[in-house]
Amino acid sequence: MQLAVQGVGLSYGGRRVLSDISFLLDARERVLLLGPSGSGKSSLLNIICGLQTPDEGSVSVGDAEVTKNGDAVRKRHMGIIFQTLRLVSALTVRANLLLAQRLQTGSTDAAYVDATLDRLGIADRAKARPFELSQGEAQRAAIARAVVVKPQILIADEPTSALDHANTESVAKLLMEAADDADATLLIATHDDRLKSHFARTLTLHEGRIEP
Amino acid sequence: MISLALAYLRDRPLTTALNVLLLAIAVAMLVLLLQFGSQANERFERDARGVDLVVGSKGSPLQLILSSIFHVDQPTGNIPLSSLNLLRTDPAVARAVPLALGDNFEGYRIVGTDESFAALYGTEIAEGRTFDAPLEAVLGSKVAAETGADLGQKFIGSHGFGEDEEGEQGHDHAPFETVGILKPTGTVVDRLILTTYESVWDVHGIEHDHDHSDEGEAHDHGDEHGHDDDHNHSHDEADDHDHSTEDAVPTTELPDQPQRNSILQASGNGLEPELTALLVTYRNASGAIRIPAMVNRQTEMQSAVPATETARLLELMGASIDGIRIFAWLLAVTGGLAIFVALLNMARSREGDLALLRVMGASRVQVFATVIMEGVITAALGAGIGWLGAHTLIMAARQSFPTLADLGLQPWQPMPAEAGLLAAVLVIGILAALIPAMRVYRIDPARVLARN
Repeated sequence: MQLAVQGVGLSYGGRRVLSDISFLLDARERVLLLGPSGSGKSSLLNIICGLQTPDEGSVSVGDAEVTKNGDAVRKRHMGIIFQTLRLVSALTVRANLLLAQRLQTGSTDAAYVDATLDRLGIADRAKARPFELSQGEAQRAAIARAVVVKPQILIADEPTSALDHANTESVAKLLMEAADDADATLLIATHDDRLKSHFARTLTLHEGRIEP
Repeated sequence: MISLALAYLRDRPLTTALNVLLLAIAVAMLVLLLQFGSQANERFERDARGVDLVVGSKGSPLQLILSSIFHVDQPTGNIPLSSLNLLRTDPAVARAVPLALGDNFEGYRIVGTDESFAALYGTEIAEGRTFDAPLEAVLGSKVAAETGADLGQKFIGSHGFGEDEEGEQGHDHAPFETVGILKPTGTVVDRLILTTYESVWDVHGIEHDHDHSDEGEAHDHGDEHGHDDDHNHSHDEADDHDHSTEDAVPTTELPDQPQRNSILQASGNGLEPELTALLVTYRNASGAIRIPAMVNRQTEMQSAVPATETARLLELMGASIDGIRIFAWLLAVTGGLAIFVALLNMARSREGDLALLRVMGASRVQVFATVIMEGVITAALGAGIGWLGAHTLIMAARQSFPTLADLGLQPWQPMPAEAGLLAAVLVIGILAALIPAMRVYRIDPARVLARN
């Protein structure tokens, strides 16, 4: 599904955070949004996910405008992986995945949940609580939570920031595979240029603007 | 969302358990008060129905009512047999039921009376027939069920009112024969053993005229009694058992003993037939004005109005009950505050979780409902455990304290007011969760994500 960002701008506390951001992601395209800390990556992702409203511009997924109906579009089309907020703390990994399915699709598919955990190599951690997981396991579980709802757009914010090189490579590979499996568009925002080699297209964000 | 709320409650087991416990204790206390107050009141009303006045020996009027109507206290003493005639011949009296108390069988009181007792309580025979001759007994339904006594079986009454009363004496010389069993009435009668009042005299070796001509009543039993025509029960064998240890049965050997607990009274000529109390029903309203005054001023007896004494008893208990009730509600409110504090802390510490839920597609209303659900589940658990605990406690108390059983306190008799109480506790749970839930409702996931 196509993701279109058109003329998005945002100011915060009198400071211009994003200016005239426009780009188009085709269906099943894999794109890296690269930029240093404070460049506005997270703000842009929040706007794309419908968690924040821009001062100007619009975001749409297919025919649905995210900036007008963010909750519904996010729920129907997106799987999101955050840097820190990965899983609901009171639930097991498996219960987190089932809850995500329930909330986003209205039903659960336990077999698909188990298959996803197996594919991501954490089937043996299905009954573990989030605090019992290692960094790598927690990131895999977060990916599983995002893809188990079969999203059309998979978005990840700094998915490798806390990981060593081996785990970074592994997570990048997993995200690619997960997007392939779900037949989803993939957008990863990161400051980690080690990921650049995995992507054919990179958007560089600098001081709130996409560099040409 | 319910399973998520349950997961959060399980996530902090100690806090949840303490909050549930606080509410459970409060609910248990309130249910106990409701049950005891309501059942006691109902029972008082049922047992006293049809009795306008109780006439007995001077003493505490409340004690007279408790012993003569509810059969839970010691009698105040004895009254002359002639009092029965005095009241029955009064035009303002519709009915005067004689009671002769003093003995028990396995803790169940043996009540000497006549056929007017059945008319007062509307008793019906389930098996056998009513008592007709001395030493014939009719058992209340509860007595029959508990003792397993059957028609034709004989049993020996013991002096006093408690099963394990000290100095209890068995009247071996005069066994009763069960001739009938009553249908359940839901009143104190179910726990009584009824016989003729002459039987009680016979058991205690008191001589009496068979026709009770001084009563002026139709108590001519003729030959139906099947014993000596002159019915002069000398009961020589009665001398064989020594009443000297029975503080409840004064005899000529113990002339200074207080005359309580029995239908016996010492006199210069030996034991005289007496009664313990009379249950009086007025024929008309004028009786309510004249009879108590006549009894209190012109005789050595006292009269007590059941409604007045019951109200006084409830009033005496009322202050304590109100105090306990206020304490229990304070406890429930404290439970609510504890839930409030726990959920407020949760709303702060789980901000990230709740933001993630929003990102995952949960609406504001859903995360709001999750927190409300936590309050409701905690309150419901407290209410449920408290309710169950209170009724279990009543059951245990009934077994440990026979007086409660005597009062007919039923352990599993839910009341509509209990539903109201449980609903009130659920409302406390909702109110306690309301502010934390509103805080969660207002969470801005983007801001939380930015902070993280």
